[in-house]
Amino acid sequence: MSVMEDENGMERKGVEMTAAQKKARRSRNVAIGLSLAALVALFYIITLVKFGPAILNRPM
Amino acid sequence: MALIEETRFENAGLRVSEATPGDYLALLKPRVMSLVVFTAFVGMVTAHAPVNPVIAVFSILAIAVGAGASGALNMWYDADIDAVMSRTASRPVPSGRVAAREALAFGLVLSALSVMTLGLVANWLAASLLAFTIFFYAVVYTMWLKRWTPQNIVIGGAAGAFPPMIGWAAVAGDVSLYGIVQFLIIFLWTPPHFWALALFKSGDYQRAGVPMMPNVAGEASTKRQIFAYSIPVAAVAVVPTLIGAASLAYGLFAAALGAAFVWYAWKVLRMDEADRGMRAAKMLFAYSVFYLFAVFAALLADGIVGRAGGIW
Repeated sequence: MSVMEDENGMERKGVEMTAAQKKARRSRNVAIGLSLAALVALFYIITLVKFGPAILNRPM
Repeated sequence: MALIEETRFENAGLRVSEATPGDYLALLKPRVMSLVVFTAFVGMVTAHAPVNPVIAVFSILAIAVGAGASGALNMWYDADIDAVMSRTASRPVPSGRVAAREALAFGLVLSALSVMTLGLVANWLAASLLAFTIFFYAVVYTMWLKRWTPQNIVIGGAAGAFPPMIGWAAVAGDVSLYGIVQFLIIFLWTPPHFWALALFKSGDYQRAGVPMMPNVAGEASTKRQIFAYSIPVAAVAVVPTLIGAASLAYGLFAAALGAAFVWYAWKVLRMDEADRGMRAAKMLFAYSVFYLFAVFAALLADGIVGRAGGIW
C-alpha cells in the first residue's frame, strides 16, 4: 500500500500496479477484445449460413 | 476509458492479478481439448450426414469450448488436491496466478456460451449432450466420484467418451449404435489408461487423498484389473466392423492395435513388485495414448474412404 496524490492534490491510499501487472492486464484486455470480435464474426457468419438471403425476406 | 486506464485501487487489500491469457487457456486443458476435438470430428465424419462445413467447424469449436469449460470448473474445484500433486501443482489456480472464483466464473460463462452456441449452430440434442457432459465431468466426476470411490474414473470416464456422440448428433440430429460404439471405445479405454498412470504416480494420489485404485485396492489388484479391462478394450474397437459400420481393413487394423494393448497390459500384470521404475506401466500409459489416437484415426480414414466410395 502506498500514499499517492490524485490530480487535485488530495492524498489517496491505494495500490500502485507493477509493470508486470499492467502488462498482464493489457494482454488480458487484448484477449477479451479479440474474443468478442471473434464472437461477433462467428454469429454473423452463422446467421448468413443458416438463413442466407432469406433473413431479409420477411414482412416488416 | 477511465476504467481501462486506472492503475490504482482504493482497496489496498485487493489482489491485483498477473494472470495472462495463457493462464486462462491452460484452465481449458488444451491437451484434453485436442482429443475432444479429434474424436468429435471423427463422430461427425462417420455419421455420413450432409452438413455445411461452416456449421461443422463452429460445432466443433463449441464442443471444444464446452470441454474446456468443464476443465476450468474441474480446476476450480480441485485446486486443493492439484496443489499437492507434482503433475498438477503448477496449474493456474494452485499456483495462485488465477483466483479460484475467477476460474469458476470463467468455466460457468464458457459452459453457457458453448451449449447455447451449439444449440443455435447445430441442434438442441447435441447441445443437451454437451450440457450433460459438462455436468457429468464437473459435478458427477469432480465433485462426487473423484474423492469418494476408486471407481471414479470408471464411471467418470463417460464424460470423456461423449464427444464422438456429440459430434455425431451435431450433424445427424440423432444418436446411433455406431455413435454408442465410439463412446464405448473411449469409455472402456479410460480405466486402464488412468490406472497405468496411477501405478507410477500413486504417491501423488496418496498425498492428495484421492482414492485411486493402486492406493485403495493395492498394486496387484490394479494390475489384474488393468489386464481384465484390456480385453474388452481390444474387443470393442473391432465392433464397428462387426456391425457393418466400418470396413474389414479397419477391423484388422483395430484388432492388431488391440492385441498390442493386451500385450502391454500383460507386461504390467507380470511386472515385478520390486520394480519401482514401473517401466511396463509407463509403456502401457504411453501406448494407450497412441492406441486411442490410432483407433480414431483409422475410423476417420475409414469413414472418409467409405464416404467417398459410398461403400459403407
